[in-house]
Amino acid sequence: MPNIDLTINTDLARRILTGFIRSEITRIGLQRAVVGLSGGVDSALVCFLAAEALGPENVLAVRMPYRTSSRESLEHAQLVIDATGVQSLTVEITAMVEPYFARFPEMDNRRRGNMMARARMLVLYDQSAAFGGLVVGTGNKTEILLGYSTLYGDSAYAINPIGDLYKTQVWQLSEAMDVPEAVVKKAPTADLWAGQTDEQELGFSYREADRLLYLLVDRRYTPDECVEAGFRRGLVEAVVTRMRRNHFKRLMPPIAKLSNRTIGYDFLYLRDWGT
Amino acid sequence: MSKFTLALAQLNTRLGVTKANLEKHLAIIREARTAGADLLVFPELSLTGYVLQDLAHAVAHTPSADDALFAPLLEASHDIDLVVGFVDEGPRHRFYIASAYLSRGEVVHVHHKVYLPTYGLFDEGRFFAWGDEIRAFDTRFGRMGMLICEDFWHASPPYLLWLDGADMLLFTSASPGRGLTAEPMLESARWVEHINRAYASLFTVFVAHANRVGYEDGLNFWGGSTLFDPAGELLAKAPFFEESVTYQEVDLRELHRVRARLPLLRDERTALVQRELARILSQPNRLR
Repeated sequence: MPNIDLTINTDLARRILTGFIRSEITRIGLQRAVVGLSGGVDSALVCFLAAEALGPENVLAVRMPYRTSSRESLEHAQLVIDATGVQSLTVEITAMVEPYFARFPEMDNRRRGNMMARARMLVLYDQSAAFGGLVVGTGNKTEILLGYSTLYGDSAYAINPIGDLYKTQVWQLSEAMDVPEAVVKKAPTADLWAGQTDEQELGFSYREADRLLYLLVDRRYTPDECVEAGFRRGLVEAVVTRMRRNHFKRLMPPIAKLSNRTIGYDFLYLRDWGT
Repeated sequence: MSKFTLALAQLNTRLGVTKANLEKHLAIIREARTAGADLLVFPELSLTGYVLQDLAHAVAHTPSADDALFAPLLEASHDIDLVVGFVDEGPRHRFYIASAYLSRGEVVHVHHKVYLPTYGLFDEGRFFAWGDEIRAFDTRFGRMGMLICEDFWHASPPYLLWLDGADMLLFTSASPGRGLTAEPMLESARWVEHINRAYASLFTVFVAHANRVGYEDGLNFWGGSTLFDPAGELLAKAPFFEESVTYQEVDLRELHRVRARLPLLRDERTALVQRELARILSQPNRLR
């Protein structure tokens, strides 16, 4: 097995990421951020980073439970609110999604989960307008590469400070920033239905997936070379397939080209143009 | 003049807004002049911002007294020598990433970036023409040479400047930070500091490096501007990630002292280099 070390210098990461949040929000004339706080480690870390970057009074953490969401998720989110001192708000999404679920009773877990993720997006974007801040995203590199997210749901945000950190690195940075231990140590879950865990649904552990993704993505190993390096072929194939099939979630939708200058192909400006 | 004060300006820029960037330059120039600096070096594309893409042609200027961007800079250069980064529009409308050395109201030298990184996160070759000259030039503080970022990731441009008489190398960058590991410095920062020290040591010259700070979209620029002396010792270092102006007195007599001890320049076999290089390049596929 080649040497795979995902350890990061957490002081350096913290400095770059808080600077990023501050820069990208203040350069457009705003001071504030809105974060959807699930009770999990990713959004907890983002909340800590945003509070440090902007001051806790400039961060609004929004808890958005559904009728079946676990009490533990709410309590863990409260630990983060208490530890950071950010402003907070709880908006139940039950009343938003239940009428739709009632009309289409055949909806399975996947459809219902996506619907809830998108309802939360609606709340966050509306609250960001009320609060005068940007929605800060909470997707990590593992999740984005695997496509383990809802398009226009939890994948919708203005900026993302942790999208280049693998889940393992999110844990490391969270510990370094004193995110409450109960939040860091618990099994990752989307909490879309009772008892759900990410690793059970994905069929592999994040620690294993991160090491494999590091070889595939950062070190440019071929899938066969990953198998030679000691990873199970079944795991390699599952991860590679997920990455390819979900690539659409990582791109803006393609526009059919007709003119000489087309948005997405030859109309090229950074988002930070003019700031 | 055997001693002078060098200042390295490590600034953030507004992307594509030359007027705002010019005002910031003029404010830093006033500050550096008051602090007694003789030469002030700004980073790569300091007047425009870095990831310009389709803004490249819109922010281009020509370094001359009748140019709105350069007129006030040339005026300011009566009191302090300046190196500024900009997009140079050639007479036939080719656009270059460029650095200009301004002194006493004159444009002393313009360098066009020769190596345009077009790989990984970089896409410069798509938007810019490459420079085709590497020349040292005389200043009131001795003979110098300028290179821009990727230019000094290749060993030959500093070597050519050395042979062309440069005793001080002025490097400028807008270097995106990358390579986060367990180490306290990013891989990109470690690499650049490492080779700058190496050039100073190998060529027994002063090597100054001005790098920018700030963010453009998700890219961070890490700063950490440095000055190494002809023995490869670090004379000055700016903080990482923060805007700053770093001042350092340069004693040009150090060239005398180091080269008396370590005559690498005296012993450099340039005719051998030329002969072997001609032979190597005459053989087809030798660089393959």
